[in-house]
Amino acid sequence: MSPRKSSFARGLLWVAAALALSLGVDRLAVQWINPYFYRILVLCGLNVMLALSLNLVNGITGQFSIGHAGFMAVGAYASAAFTVYAVPQLFGVGPDASGLVIVGPLLLALLVGGLTSAAAGFLVGLPSMRLRGDYLAIVTLGFGEIIRVVILNIDAVGGARGFAGIPRRTDLAWVIAGALTTWVVLRNVLRSYHGRAFLAIREDEIAAEALGVPTTRYKVTAFVIAAFFAGVAGALFAHYTYLHTNSFTFMKSIEVIVMVVLGGMGSLLGSVLGATVLTALPEALRFASSERLIIYSLLLIVLMIARPQGILGKTEGKRGK
Amino acid sequence: MQELFQQLANGIAWGSIYALIALGYTMVYGILRLINFAHGDVYMVGAFAAYYLAIATGAGGAAASLPMALLVLLGSMLVCALVGMLIEFLAYRPVRRSSRLTALITAIGVSLFLENVGLRVFGADPKFFPQLIPPKRITLAGGIMVTNHQITVVVVSILLMVALTLFIQRTKTGKAMRAVAFHRDAASLMGIPVNRIITITFAIGSALAAAAGVLVGLTNPKIEPLMGIMPGIKAFVAAVLGGIGSIPGAVIGGLVMGVSEYLVVGYVSSTYRDAIAFVILILVLLIRPAGLLGRNVAEKV
Amino acid sequence: MSGPLLELKRVTRAFGGLRAVADLDFILDPGLLAGLIGPNGAGKTTVFNLITGVYAPTSGEIRFEGKRVDGRATSSIARAGIARTFQNPRIFAGLTCLDNVRIACHTHAGAGLLDSILATGRSAKEEADILARSEGLLHSFALDGYRDTLAGGLPYGEQRRLEIARALAAEPRLLLLDEPAAGLNPHETQALMRLIHDVRDRYKLTVLLIEHDMKVVMGICERITVLDYGVCIAEGVPAAIRSNPKVIEAYLGDAV
Repeated sequence: MSPRKSSFARGLLWVAAALALSLGVDRLAVQWINPYFYRILVLCGLNVMLALSLNLVNGITGQFSIGHAGFMAVGAYASAAFTVYAVPQLFGVGPDASGLVIVGPLLLALLVGGLTSAAAGFLVGLPSMRLRGDYLAIVTLGFGEIIRVVILNIDAVGGARGFAGIPRRTDLAWVIAGALTTWVVLRNVLRSYHGRAFLAIREDEIAAEALGVPTTRYKVTAFVIAAFFAGVAGALFAHYTYLHTNSFTFMKSIEVIVMVVLGGMGSLLGSVLGATVLTALPEALRFASSERLIIYSLLLIVLMIARPQGILGKTEGKRGK
Repeated sequence: MQELFQQLANGIAWGSIYALIALGYTMVYGILRLINFAHGDVYMVGAFAAYYLAIATGAGGAAASLPMALLVLLGSMLVCALVGMLIEFLAYRPVRRSSRLTALITAIGVSLFLENVGLRVFGADPKFFPQLIPPKRITLAGGIMVTNHQITVVVVSILLMVALTLFIQRTKTGKAMRAVAFHRDAASLMGIPVNRIITITFAIGSALAAAAGVLVGLTNPKIEPLMGIMPGIKAFVAAVLGGIGSIPGAVIGGLVMGVSEYLVVGYVSSTYRDAIAFVILILVLLIRPAGLLGRNVAEKV
Repeated sequence: MSGPLLELKRVTRAFGGLRAVADLDFILDPGLLAGLIGPNGAGKTTVFNLITGVYAPTSGEIRFEGKRVDGRATSSIARAGIARTFQNPRIFAGLTCLDNVRIACHTHAGAGLLDSILATGRSAKEEADILARSEGLLHSFALDGYRDTLAGGLPYGEQRRLEIARALAAEPRLLLLDEPAAGLNPHETQALMRLIHDVRDRYKLTVLLIEHDMKVVMGICERITVLDYGVCIAEGVPAAIRSNPKVIEAYLGDAV
């Protein structure tokens, strides 16, 4: 077989294995784990997707995005609207459908969520990329809030009452598959010329530009890719549980930032670690809401003072391979 | 027409509050290039400090008098000056030489900390600020109705801003502050005690935020631990609008924010009251990031 | 190739009222090892910044290989064949030396982002190419030992060498060196002079360097241009420049 064909076949094998893994874990979890912990696993998987995607922008490319929840919201609502309004017309698959017939429409809904969010990422990223660091942070914060307020005022998606009527279609299998996909894509990007370009922008934007890296284009690209995966995570979320804009506040953006920082900005494995620890721990410790936030905030401060590079540091492994 | 002037009057009163808070943001940014996310929460601490002081000294209600009100104001300003200095020393000084993102995240951490400690200590239920000055309605020319509280707000704000400007322009410390804001390392080489200047900056900024908190307590008596979030963001936008780092800019920005907010509420709809702040922010950052009075400092290659 | 490699025609760059570069005419023929000197503040780095697109000229034209480059983005000019180093080495401190060099290796085979994501054969082949080229360059510059070391940990002299190696990875036709000898001791400076000469010969480049160290300038430059207050005050071979009274006055000033 030519190298092209054999790598394609290999790729196919990996996809099959990943699917098997996702389905397998889900079946096991449904069988052996009580629903409360099952839900935590799902949320954990979603947070892994969010942390990984945010890491691409903040950790690897060194930009300041603090409105990631906004992209999650865009993906969630776009995909939910698609499933509720378009899918029954286009595919005849109503909210009560189940089994294999929902796989196609759900996949499409995820794509719709991701692509809408990516488009939002492009619109926000393009004009903002020439802004200095902290200004970019504020714009992303502003975007997150504006998105929330706008969605809150759209009656067709429920507005202040939340979006009712979204069929529950995703489960742990979907989330694991989503997390694996995010991981693989970002890892492949990181290992390529493009990944090195992102890192170069983080290290020294002026030098990167002088070496032929079109920095603005790359910064926007990082933004768009990150928004895409946040959107898919949002879409998965929308098809799993009650959808309301309260899930996408600035606090959510902060939580994702803490996960990325704790794990190590620039380390993909670190983001997985950070997301897992910070999803499981508060649940496991069952603090009342305000205590958890006090500890969160102290954790942030202490982390920044004592070990700003997080648990696993700034780069993936020793070689930036 | 009268409606317009009425909204303008309200807007100016609110704008003065934003201006006082914005001054703290702009001074700290000028000196440290740090967006002090926790500043809005210092404003909240000021309001609560005044609340507890008023209760302790019995300054509200029957015993309401100008000297007592002044005492509460100054007491609260002192408390917040201390809080600001503490925050700078414990949280910001250790990360001063770290990256900007690190400092930003630290600031977010401090803000969350203050809010949640406030929730824990003060409780989430709103408290009612005692009446330090009995309210009175006054009718100005053209039939515009204002309260004596609003006039107090504007007068006190003006006094404080004038005092600040004189301080910055005429005193040696003020000059030192301007030097540190311009070029920290050069100032330090000139023998200026940079750490002390930074501490003083935080103290002054926090005191002004406290004053804003007290003045707000006068006009809007309901106070609660999360009250600093929205005004903090709006005051920050005001500082950016005016040109972050510029003191007159913060004042102008604050007034513009206050007025536009009331115009939107009056003529469009009150649901967009908060959104207008973000729209202004995004417009400023896209059209003229340096703000009205700011300078754009480019990086030397 | 006929015609000059680089041409500046009546280039002016003003910052407010200050003209950092004023009405400058400058021609660089291919294959030359040229020097740009002048007292501090003469506008030398500004000229580099103009050539590489960091600034756009207030007026005037800049042509590279006959095509206009003024007003183009820095990265596009870099891809057109102009590479530079900086006054203080701007290496990527948090990345390994290998990665520093690899970043400069442009993709030729056209493997795009999608190829990388899907890890296709095309992108794998390109990665292999880039790896080979980068390792080759590290070897030529005697930096193999530092291959996996973070660039920030290198001694100063090695950092300078790395910066030059990295610039060459971009396969430029014009190499701009901004004070490459700054901070080097006499021994290292000698080595640098040999290095620059070798590099020019081996990679068939044109080199333009800014320097304050006269040993370097007089030692390896074939043509020297002297700037003062943004204006060209002298141009010619080293011997002529060395004895030019205007040049001497510019450096020593009226106080002498």
